[in-house]
Amino acid sequence: MAELGKTDEPQDATPNVSEVDVVDAHSEEEAVAAIEAPVERGEPILQVRDLKKHFPLTQGILFKRQIGAVKAVDGVSFDLYQGETLGIVGESGCGKSTVAKLLMHLERATAGEIFYKGQDITKLSGRALKAVRRNIQMVFQDPYTSLNPRMTVGDIIGEPFDIHPEVAPKGDRRRKVQELLDVVGLNPEYINRYPHQFSGGQRQRIGIARGLALNPEIIICDEPVSALDVSVQAQVINLMERLQEEFNLSYIFIAHDLSIVRHISDRVGVMYLGKMAEIGTDEQIYDHPTHPYTQALLSAVPVPDPEAREHRDRIILTGDVPSPANPPSGCRFRTRCWKAQDKCAEEVPLLAIPERFKGSDSPAAHESACHFAEEKDVVHAA
Amino acid sequence: MPEPPQEPPHEPEGAVAGTGMGGGMDLAASEATALERTPHGPDGPGGTVGTGGPGPQDRPRSLWSDAWRDLRRNPVFLLSALVICFLILIAIRPSLIAPGNPLQCDLARAQDGPRPGHPFGYDGQGCDVYTRTVHGARASVTVGVCATLGVAVLGSVLGALAGFFGGVWDSVLSRITDIFFAIPVVLGGLVLLSVVTSNTVWPVVGFIVLLGWPQLSRIARGSVITAKQHDYVQAARALGASNTRILLRHIAPNAVAPVIVVATIALGTYIALEATLSYLGVGLKPPSVSWGIDISAASPYIRNAPHALLWPAGALAITVLAFIMLGDAVRDALDPKLR
Repeated sequence: MAELGKTDEPQDATPNVSEVDVVDAHSEEEAVAAIEAPVERGEPILQVRDLKKHFPLTQGILFKRQIGAVKAVDGVSFDLYQGETLGIVGESGCGKSTVAKLLMHLERATAGEIFYKGQDITKLSGRALKAVRRNIQMVFQDPYTSLNPRMTVGDIIGEPFDIHPEVAPKGDRRRKVQELLDVVGLNPEYINRYPHQFSGGQRQRIGIARGLALNPEIIICDEPVSALDVSVQAQVINLMERLQEEFNLSYIFIAHDLSIVRHISDRVGVMYLGKMAEIGTDEQIYDHPTHPYTQALLSAVPVPDPEAREHRDRIILTGDVPSPANPPSGCRFRTRCWKAQDKCAEEVPLLAIPERFKGSDSPAAHESACHFAEEKDVVHAA
Repeated sequence: MPEPPQEPPHEPEGAVAGTGMGGGMDLAASEATALERTPHGPDGPGGTVGTGGPGPQDRPRSLWSDAWRDLRRNPVFLLSALVICFLILIAIRPSLIAPGNPLQCDLARAQDGPRPGHPFGYDGQGCDVYTRTVHGARASVTVGVCATLGVAVLGSVLGALAGFFGGVWDSVLSRITDIFFAIPVVLGGLVLLSVVTSNTVWPVVGFIVLLGWPQLSRIARGSVITAKQHDYVQAARALGASNTRILLRHIAPNAVAPVIVVATIALGTYIALEATLSYLGVGLKPPSVSWGIDISAASPYIRNAPHALLWPAGALAITVLAFIMLGDAVRDALDPKLR
């Protein structure tokens, strides 16, 4: 353990991350066939292993030279199972959105693999990549910039069919677009309207309809409700839950609002400075957090009951998030952690079930990247 | 789950369909009319309320068909289009309204005022100002329209590609535009055009395109870079859209407005630049007829014979104004928020 930690290399074999069943496709046909194959409910559909994205920092105008790198995502591993919702939380700048972009192949990963049904999508191109794109779709954060203001709703939702003509025959598309509008709770007659004629919540529904058009298996939601009013947030979340059941979708739900993530997620991963700090089921994370960062994060959740608020134990972190261009050695959270000791500066804690909980069936026995992981019920503390 | 009630539609006029143009990009009109209207009611998953449903001949609409529908009802567009059509007509066939010969002059009548059959009077050489103004339209409109088209196409294509793809080509192109910006227009014209012996408008057009494209390319590059950063471009890419599709369907319509504005304003300055070059003796030379030549020839006599200056200058002003108004109307029509 200690030797492993000293190298700055995170491991890929963590206990609860399942073995990747790599499909060796030698031709594009085989790759496409593997991508089209169905996955049983509860089986891993997306497996992320040691994913890294470093953005180079350059200097100079004509002759650029690299002077460093922003380690936006630095070794993230997790599994997404068919039919589940995996929530990813963390504060601004911790790399959540970069993970989403990497999963969507909108950014190229610096290192690491993303296996979709055993195919490493970071290495795909051409037809196989197009097939993956059809199956993994995204809902964006800001409904005001994610819809082209100069396209009608019909053109926006119909565009996926133009790009993947095999999904819907030409004569069928308009009807399909109207069906999709109906599915997301919008009037099908709005098909000829422009985005500015809708409210934020309605726009986000249009964005969801566009994501659903190709009948994907995974939808990556990058803060889909943070730009909306609280009342509208609930509507959109409920819509997304209904759609998940109806279309058998798997969600990766990125957000910074902990209560929404708890509401929608089956499992939750907590990110800090480009790394996963803790991951487990929503009960494990919210009721039995073992990583100090998760505990601090949860203690900041607003409590609607003033009585309980008086008595609860707030953990107030000092200092700022360190720069991802120059992260602290060892544990990334140590600069703000009240438990930090010398060991934390020397060894990178592994994302694994802590020693003290190994073999126990307590809910605290879930993966947590902390040398001194211990349970602390911050939400119910009185 | 209880489905939330929908917000009422903001603008009932959004549903004014009926007269909509066909011309959808993806769906043929026949398919759309054959389409059943999806019933939606309490059984639908979303209890939607729709006021002001569109008429029965609801057709798929697109940005361009909507823009055209909008333009046809815009008086500013109709007026400026009429003026431009008229200008193009007399540029092609000036003899339709001015049967005289613009080169037939009578020095005895120099600087005389209007008289029957010669409503604009005579210029300093005793030529008929009306005939010369009408015949001058050809050179001026050709220079203005061709130079603007050349500049707009070259500049916006190069600028858009540089802005979209970035990288080394962007840096190279930006440095090239810097070099062209450093060339003074009049001095460059004197140097380059003085070696040209042809007395047609084409060397002038070529010169203007050569010096004009960097301005447009810089503007196109900037607005493409702005448009490229929007989430809808990422969304299209996530769907698997090709670069061509992203450029043409998503970026171009959202980046074209500043290019239209600058190009239409530049059209006026190009006609004026042709006049300046003619005045300096390097543009068109006197046997040709153009507004620029006439304006420069009449300017020394502005106190004795202002009419010889005012008519060609007025024609120039109306032409420039018509193109600017046209560009304005097109730009507004391409912005759905202004409907």
